[in-house]
Amino acid sequence: MSDEDIVNNNLTALVVDDSPMIRKLHEMHLKKFGLKVQVAENGKNAVDLFRCGASFNLILMDKEMPIMDGAEATKELRIMGVTSMIVGVTSLDSIFERQAFMEAGLDHCFTKPLTSENIIFLLQELNNKNNEEN
Amino acid sequence: MEVGQMQRRLVDYTKTLFMEGFLDAQFLQLQQLQDESNPDFVVEVVSLFFDDSEKLLNDLSMALDQPNVDFKKVDAHVHQLKGSSSSIGAQRVKNACIAFRNFCEEQNIDATLRCLQQVKHEYYLVKNKLETLLRLEQQIVAAGGSIPTIEMGF
Repeated sequence: MSDEDIVNNNLTALVVDDSPMIRKLHEMHLKKFGLKVQVAENGKNAVDLFRCGASFNLILMDKEMPIMDGAEATKELRIMGVTSMIVGVTSLDSIFERQAFMEAGLDHCFTKPLTSENIIFLLQELNNKNNEEN
Repeated sequence: MEVGQMQRRLVDYTKTLFMEGFLDAQFLQLQQLQDESNPDFVVEVVSLFFDDSEKLLNDLSMALDQPNVDFKKVDAHVHQLKGSSSSIGAQRVKNACIAFRNFCEEQNIDATLRCLQQVKHEYYLVKNKLETLLRLEQQIVAAGGSIPTIEMGF
C-alpha cells in the first residue's frame, strides 16, 4: 500500500471510550490517516448509534466503561449483525481478561497506548477486508 | 530573548524530561499529531489529562479513606489513571500506578496509602514540568517562531 493509498481512503471509524482525553487522542490518531471519525462515551451509546442506522468500517472499543462495557457492547453489536472491524483498546494486562474480551467478538485487541504502527496495521487489515468483500 | 535561543532552551528542557524519565516516546507521538489545522492539540489533550487525573486522585483519596476499603474500586481508578498516563507519555506516573495495582491485589492498606502519596507526588511533578514546557512553546509561537521537533536519537 502506498502512503497515498493509506491516507486517501473513504473509511469511517467510531471511537468508544469513557475518557474524554482518550477519545480526543484516538480521534486525532485516526484523522491523521484520513479517516472520518465519530466518538461515543460508552458501550450503550455506541450500540444506539448502530440501532439508529449509523455504520462504521472500524470501531475502537475500550473495555472498562460505565453503563455498558466494551465486551457487552461488542457482543450486542455482533448479535445485531454488525460486521465492522471491532478492535479492543485496553489497559488490561491479564491474558485471561484480554481473552474474554476477544471472545466477545473482537477482530483484534491492542494494549493502550495506541500507536501509529497499530493504526497502519489496522488500515492494511481494513484494505484486505474490503478487497475480499469486493 | 530571540527565537533561536528560546527554541534551543525548549529542546534542552524537553530532552531533560526524557532523560529523567518524566516523559516517554508516547509524548513525542502526541506532539507529532499536532499541525497547523490543530495548533492547540497538545495543550487540549494535556488539559484533559490534568482534569482526568485530578478527579481520579480525589476518587482514590476518598476510596482509601473508607472504614472498609473497596480494593476493587481502588484498583479500577488506578487502572484508569495508568491508562491515561501511559497514553500521554507520563512514564513515572504510569510506573507508580503499576506498583499501586500490585498492592491493591494484596489488599495492603498501608502500602496502598503510601502508593497514593507516591502517585500524587509524581503527578504534581509532571504537571509542573508539562506546564513549563507548554509555556516555553507558547512563547516561541508568540514570538513568531515554530516549535522544533525533537529527535529521539539523543
